[in-house]
Amino acid sequence: MTPLVRHRLFWPAVVLVLLLVSNVFFAPRFFTITLQDGHLYGSLIDVLRSATPLALVALGMTMVIATGGIDLSVGSVMAISGAVACLFIGDLSDPGSVGGVLLAVGLALGLSAVAGIWNGVLVSVIGIQPIIATLILMVAGRGIAQLLTGGQIINVSSPPFRVIGAGYLLGVPVSVIIVAVVVAAAVLLIRRSALGVLVEAVGASPTASRLAGIRARGLTIMAYVFAAVCAGIAGLIFSSNVASADSNAAGNLIELDAILAVVIGGTALTGGRFSIAGSVLGAVLISALDITTYTIGVPAETTLLFKAVVVVILCLSQSAAFRAAVFRRRRTPAATPAAEVPA
Amino acid sequence: MLKKWSAAVLAGALAVGALAGCGGGDDAGSSGGGGDDKITMGFSQVGAESGWRTANTKSIQESAAAAGIDLKFSDAQGKQENQIKAIRSFIAQRVDVIAFSPVVESGWDTVLKEAKDANIPVILTDRSVDSQDKTLYKTFIGSDFVLEGKKAGEWLVKEYEGKSDPVNIVELQGTPGAAPANDRKAGFAEVIKADPKFKIVASQTGQFTRTDGKEVMEAFLKSQPKIDVLYAHNDDMGLGAIEAIEAAGKKPGTDIKIITVDAVKDGMTALAAGKINYIVECSPLLGPQLMDLAKKVKAGETVEQRVLTQETTFTQEQAKTALPDRKY
Repeated sequence: MTPLVRHRLFWPAVVLVLLLVSNVFFAPRFFTITLQDGHLYGSLIDVLRSATPLALVALGMTMVIATGGIDLSVGSVMAISGAVACLFIGDLSDPGSVGGVLLAVGLALGLSAVAGIWNGVLVSVIGIQPIIATLILMVAGRGIAQLLTGGQIINVSSPPFRVIGAGYLLGVPVSVIIVAVVVAAAVLLIRRSALGVLVEAVGASPTASRLAGIRARGLTIMAYVFAAVCAGIAGLIFSSNVASADSNAAGNLIELDAILAVVIGGTALTGGRFSIAGSVLGAVLISALDITTYTIGVPAETTLLFKAVVVVILCLSQSAAFRAAVFRRRRTPAATPAAEVPA
Repeated sequence: MLKKWSAAVLAGALAVGALAGCGGGDDAGSSGGGGDDKITMGFSQVGAESGWRTANTKSIQESAAAAGIDLKFSDAQGKQENQIKAIRSFIAQRVDVIAFSPVVESGWDTVLKEAKDANIPVILTDRSVDSQDKTLYKTFIGSDFVLEGKKAGEWLVKEYEGKSDPVNIVELQGTPGAAPANDRKAGFAEVIKADPKFKIVASQTGQFTRTDGKEVMEAFLKSQPKIDVLYAHNDDMGLGAIEAIEAAGKKPGTDIKIITVDAVKDGMTALAAGKINYIVECSPLLGPQLMDLAKKVKAGETVEQRVLTQETTFTQEQAKTALPDRKY
């Protein structure tokens, strides 16, 4: 096999391409990208744009999973972040002021970081299992967001805030640029320094890494803070996209999609080695899957089943054992090992 | 050590429970037994999951106060077991009327039987139950979602009267399996099938949320060569779709006609601004009607098995007049 085929992201990439291509039969102009009112317009742009919140959450989740943990609270943090930003902007005397919006963004991300510290401390200082520790904030966080908004959808009409999730810079969606910048910064910081190796060490074997002198506690807290801030940014993009904060719908069940994206990207849930590019690819794949169901007109009742079938095919294609079994049978159908079985 | 602790905690819990029990008993004595003139109503709400629901709760609380009815309000937070607990405690407190909005359709027979045995009339609000025995509850007050879908379809038929060109419709459905989604879809389809020029070219779920409404509409705009009408099962999905339509360089309300259901304030604002063409109301303000029914039931009068919420429809002109007093 060539190195390309052996690359762990080869099969997810193939599935992504197949998904995108299948759309062409139902929407001939699927790959066409045009300029509409001075910005790029087309289905591929939609796929990228709708992938942005998930890509950010998956990026944060990757780091947490690499430390051997898991963060279920990301969806709730998204809801809190969006709610805080929209409420703050709503209270401004001039919702259109850039300074006020920046302050709102700062406040939302600051609170997200606090949520991350809470998770990190519960996991690494108090020693609660990550799935339980973050479950607390998953439930309580959505409650906090609903309390803040009084259970209502909070509308904002603020042009600078709109830019985050629905604006364009030089024709490119701002949300996509934000994700690109965050991912690039994360890759630089994590892969160009020893940070990534240290995180992998903590995830692979906490005991060995502690004996080697790595301060796991700080690294773990940092991973949760990073995940929460990423979720905070995702929450801002999510609420800015529709100019409102919906504390019930924002980030609802996104933690599961994020975990799926991370797994598709080849990061093991047991911790250790991780792939940022893989997680981002996983997020784009899930978004492409959503858009595909809409385009090819899968009936609403069978959408979830359709998605499950694609995910199963994807996971099977990633399994070397499964591929070997399928290909071997195809090549030598006659050579059954029945004779070798001892009596 | 651990045993001692758990024993202490258990004892504490029991003490609290006993205290709460006493409180409940006192309460029942003062309201049920003492004040015969004042009606006591136990109400169990689904939760506070949407703006619609919050408005519903507010309407019930305000109209209870206005009607001089003593309301015992309980929030089930979306869980049936909480609701069953609440109803049992209402029965224990000997309230005069029990009203509730069931979280799910099935599994109510036992607890409703208990209420019937205790001679406490039950009124269902907003959602129904699937019990075979219709005597378990006095009446069901709420919207008719099929009728809402029909109203939406009727407006469309009238709007395109006398024209023979095909009309391409896209539909944003609510959460799959939810009664409002199924019924609004069925009612609409029933009305428009009379004329073959109406064609639903695409229909997908937008989960009743703005974000999904926007995302699905974006996909529709690219996969469908020509869209004349959008029918969304609630305002929020319609509002999301408006954003997608605008981003595609089209004018919502003009290039694509939009019909939605609910008539919440944000939807009415868009309707008044000409971005939506028609809204079928699904009113949460059933409080006054509920209190009337409670009084009638308490007085022993017979009531209809099914009472419809007073609801209307809104055109753009009507929205402009109604918008200033819109509460939710």
